[in-house]
Amino acid sequence: MGSFGQKHSVLPGFGPTLGYTIFYLSIIVLIPLSALFFKTATLTWDQFLVAVTGPRVLASYRVTFGSALFAAGVNAVFGVLLAWVLVRYRFPGRKMIDALVDLPFALPTAVAGITLASVYSPNGWLGSYLEPRGIKVAFTPLGIMVAMIFIGLPFVVRTVQPVLEELDHEIEEAASCLGANRWQTFCRVIFPTMLPAVLTGFALAFARAVGEYGSIIFIAGNMPMVSEITPLLIITKLEQYDYAGATAIATVMLVASFLLLLSINLLQKWSRRFAD
Amino acid sequence: MHATKALKKNGEKVSSVSEPAWVRYLLITTALGFVALFLLMPLAAVFVQALDKGWEAYLAALHEPDTLSAIWLTLLTAVCCVPINLFFGIVAAWAIAKFSFTGKSLLITLIDLPFSVSPVVSGLIYVLIFGLQGWLGPWLQAHDIKIIFAVPGIVLATIFVTFPFVARELIPLMESQGRDEEEAALTLGASGLQTFFRVTFPNIKWGVLYGVILCNARAMGEFGAVSVVSGHVRGSTNTIPLQVEILYNEYSYAAAFAVASLLALLALVTLAIKTVAEWKIQQSQSVTEGER
Repeated sequence: MGSFGQKHSVLPGFGPTLGYTIFYLSIIVLIPLSALFFKTATLTWDQFLVAVTGPRVLASYRVTFGSALFAAGVNAVFGVLLAWVLVRYRFPGRKMIDALVDLPFALPTAVAGITLASVYSPNGWLGSYLEPRGIKVAFTPLGIMVAMIFIGLPFVVRTVQPVLEELDHEIEEAASCLGANRWQTFCRVIFPTMLPAVLTGFALAFARAVGEYGSIIFIAGNMPMVSEITPLLIITKLEQYDYAGATAIATVMLVASFLLLLSINLLQKWSRRFAD
Repeated sequence: MHATKALKKNGEKVSSVSEPAWVRYLLITTALGFVALFLLMPLAAVFVQALDKGWEAYLAALHEPDTLSAIWLTLLTAVCCVPINLFFGIVAAWAIAKFSFTGKSLLITLIDLPFSVSPVVSGLIYVLIFGLQGWLGPWLQAHDIKIIFAVPGIVLATIFVTFPFVARELIPLMESQGRDEEEAALTLGASGLQTFFRVTFPNIKWGVLYGVILCNARAMGEFGAVSVVSGHVRGSTNTIPLQVEILYNEYSYAAAFAVASLLALLALVTLAIKTVAEWKIQQSQSVTEGER
């Protein structure tokens, strides 16, 4: 019998490849990540609590997680719309839009940051239109949400598209034969099939928005207590040599990321079970 | 069954399973409006602002010495990170896709970890190890080796954030391709490496391309993690994204957007190659399904 309880296999190279995988994973990912926990462990529990629950820190959680929640929600709604339109309808430029949906994945965050900031700034293309009407986007939490919508845009679209593509037309036809109108068919038949994918996409967009730095800091006001995101607070503390504080907050972010990753995995397991 | 599928391919709709025309137009217009607002406008703004002061100013901004050294550092980082992570991706995908063992899904989750960690945290953990106050800090200082606030730190942080890209693309691809062909090659007398290069690699080459260009795009564009580990010293420890930030914060908008336009062009090329690679992967998968 092989190691790790593997079934006997004819193919060679299991030992070396698995060994290298675990080795490289450890030195690049696991050991550095554990450094974070070890450093935080040097703080006493009280010191840790003070570092992660100060008013400025709490405000940054509110800004970061609150904006990410809103942005992921917007992306869920428009992502479903986009996926629907891309899968179900034909129109000129469809293939190009389909490819362009992945732009936030490919565009570096700093570039996204400065272009969003300039578009929504008071004399930008949209800012000069919105600000006289009282809608301040740049340098406010609203700007943070706009940036988060941008970077989360592909996630829901890309998780929902495969589900819609595989949806059997026969099911919709059957519903229609049984007397459902189009809206009922959508609500009772199509949407429940999409729901796990929508939730997965939502969670992915949320997780990405929470950790994002480069796209947001240019358009955010970065004012403490008002429009400061948690990653920026970590960097500010680093620049002030408050390593303990920075590490404590980073640990909170990391734990949040792990929890989100776990939820996403569970959601993906749920969608796969649903698909069968 | 065939009739339904034929109708789907023509794009014609059977009226009971489709929306009325006005609903369709409304949905399409709203979706396109959303895309225009959130995708097209920011993208166009990069190029319009870059050429704001004219073509010559654009070229001059790109030839500036600090910018040139930023471009050089970015290319160097990509050249270091992509092959290393490519090698890892192929090795890990081989171990995971071609064999069964306990703990496989845990391993896959661990490989995905850098994807879910904030870039700032990614940089911070390397500062904690290699920084002056870090684990190896005193040893590094004693030997006069600079990692944090120098190029090696930037490369390390970039390796971390681009770690999963090739692996997470190859694993599902190789899993869907199964082991039949490799086992057949072995029974015909091929060695392990021969099997890999002659049988496995041609099957996965489009997946490899897809993973490599995404890895490259992220390596060249990474900002948060590099921002933490770099010394932000102009002309030596700045990558293109950091240079963009410096120029923007100095109000040299046209220059900032000129440099940013390089990355935007890279993004568009990445998207184009990605689309082709995806299409090729889909093609090869439908061929293998057709054969079964």
